[in-house]
Amino acid sequence: MSAISTVAASRYERNSATRETPWLKYTLLGLGLGYFALFILMPLIAVFFEALRRGWGPYLAAVIEPDALSAIRLTLTVALVSVPLNLVFGVAAAWLIAKFEFRGKQFLLTFIDLPFSVSPVVVGLMYILLFGANGWFGAWLAAHDIRLIFALPGILMATIFVTFPFVARELIPLMQSQGKEEEEAAIVLGASGWQMFWHVTLPNIRWALLYGVILANARAMGEFGAVSVVSGKIRGATNTMPLQVEILYNEYNFAAAFAVASLLALLALVTLVIKTWVEHRAADGQGAGAAGTEKPA
Amino acid sequence: MSIQVRNIHKRFGSFVALDDVSLNFHEGELVALLGPSGCGKTTLLRIIAGLEQADAGSVLLEGRDATNTHVRERQVGFVFQHYALFKHMTVFDNVAFGLRVKPRGQRPNEARIADKVHELLNLVQLDWLADRYPAQLSGGQRQRIALARALAVQPQVLLLDEPFGALDAKVRKELRRWLRNLHEELHVTSIFVTHDQEEALEVADRVVLMNHGKVEQQGAPEAVYNHPASPFVYGFLGSVNLFHGRVEEGGVQVGSVRLATEADFAAGVDVLAFARPHELNIVTDLATEGGLAAKVTRVLFLGSSSRVELEGLEQEQYFEVEVPLSELARLDLTPGQEVRIVPSRLRLFEQEALAG
Repeated sequence: MSAISTVAASRYERNSATRETPWLKYTLLGLGLGYFALFILMPLIAVFFEALRRGWGPYLAAVIEPDALSAIRLTLTVALVSVPLNLVFGVAAAWLIAKFEFRGKQFLLTFIDLPFSVSPVVVGLMYILLFGANGWFGAWLAAHDIRLIFALPGILMATIFVTFPFVARELIPLMQSQGKEEEEAAIVLGASGWQMFWHVTLPNIRWALLYGVILANARAMGEFGAVSVVSGKIRGATNTMPLQVEILYNEYNFAAAFAVASLLALLALVTLVIKTWVEHRAADGQGAGAAGTEKPA
Repeated sequence: MSIQVRNIHKRFGSFVALDDVSLNFHEGELVALLGPSGCGKTTLLRIIAGLEQADAGSVLLEGRDATNTHVRERQVGFVFQHYALFKHMTVFDNVAFGLRVKPRGQRPNEARIADKVHELLNLVQLDWLADRYPAQLSGGQRQRIALARALAVQPQVLLLDEPFGALDAKVRKELRRWLRNLHEELHVTSIFVTHDQEEALEVADRVVLMNHGKVEQQGAPEAVYNHPASPFVYGFLGSVNLFHGRVEEGGVQVGSVRLATEADFAAGVDVLAFARPHELNIVTDLATEGGLAAKVTRVLFLGSSSRVELEGLEQEQYFEVEVPLSELARLDLTPGQEVRIVPSRLRLFEQEALAG
């Protein structure tokens, strides 16, 4: 997609009949870049600057401190569990919506979008209301000695809720536009349902799927609101990285707060790089029919 | 494999796609399902393949009820209008797909698969494209690959859904002849759906005409063309000129003119009379008896012949007459000129029967 639009843009630029005046061009460019520098680049640099203000030694010490390590471990665990679950659910939901006609389809579609429109804090409160000590199922859970709130399961549930639309939302329009002819062709040729999915459906959606997974992963690692309500913020136990950053900051331990924050920012940057690479591959794969993997004759 | 379709009904919401359709397809036959879009022909094809479920009625393959037979066990080959080739696979892998997904016990080894794929690619004359991806092929090549892929599993029936619909006129014509030859070679029972009457008449052993979810007529191409059973069939199989009239002694009274023709109807019956463009003659002598008064509006040169468009003088009506070039030179028509139209052959349908 992006490759196509740059080609068009440069063509407009070369042609004097479609070229805009220089002052307009540079005003727009300046506005865009200034905005970007002020609101995105500068804070990002500030995070790393503050984290490394006192040099590498204190930075490393802040990162390998037990509570910080525990927060990193918890964040990675949450991402490792919630992302695969949302991957399976997202593919199933997209499949259902794109390839079948049924009553309540529009309802399901709206429902998938719900986590985008509900404030994360409300999500956390909903879980407290259901599973908290005074919640609907609180007494029952306590009687059976099951801890959901202020423990890993609660954090997982809240994270799954807020990351739930990413994969499905990414796949639905793609699968709808692809239709089901290729799948039908596979079935007529004798493929089983699983063979059809593995050899035909999955290769057609792989880039969009990966893209959705990356977005879901970024959100799972960075989620603050919903998780902060259900986590209880027990140091070294139920603090994820974003929560750890807040706690350190509130304790005026700025160097440590920025050190952990810089790790989160780094994760985000890595995610962005992978995302860009995936988009690039997807654009290649679409145009020339996976020409990138073509063997030379 | 022979196919029987019995009393098939299918509706989509309030739209009736198929209304009590029963048909027989014989072993080794090449049949065209012909009709305008929305007539139910594609739905019927998909029901035979098992891709669509009929609301009522049954499909018999080789005499056995296939209602509960899964698509993958029906041994049908299906060719889609938009090819449905697997985009991410090479031509070779596309054709090999049906062999590779066979259960372990029946699956040939890779060497046998390679032999088979190359044999099929040679059959469709595209072996040199084995390493290409579908996006790198032209439309005609893609459709031939799709056909090779369908044939790889040795289907007992070949179903083609508007196979040439998305191709340009020249390639379409080429592929028609090629499909006919292929069928002579393989003799697999084949059914293809088309809305192109020329394609149906040229390729098929038998043509089934459908309209509004019903079978209007079926038969050999020339039988259907020369003896259409209804005005719909007549109109669908080519250009027509239509006259409203009443049967009288020795012909049909149209307005103030009596057109001479044989009629199987009693005098006084209201009829619709049809004539194809080549069944009308233009006469410049205005004193001619039994000719409709008309005015030439346009003369079109069509290469090997010409078409004259006229406007009826008595009723405002458009006529189309095909005139051989030699005849056109002799007539020397000019736009605006008044002439008489004399049908050499008329086909009559009773108006009452059609209304009911």
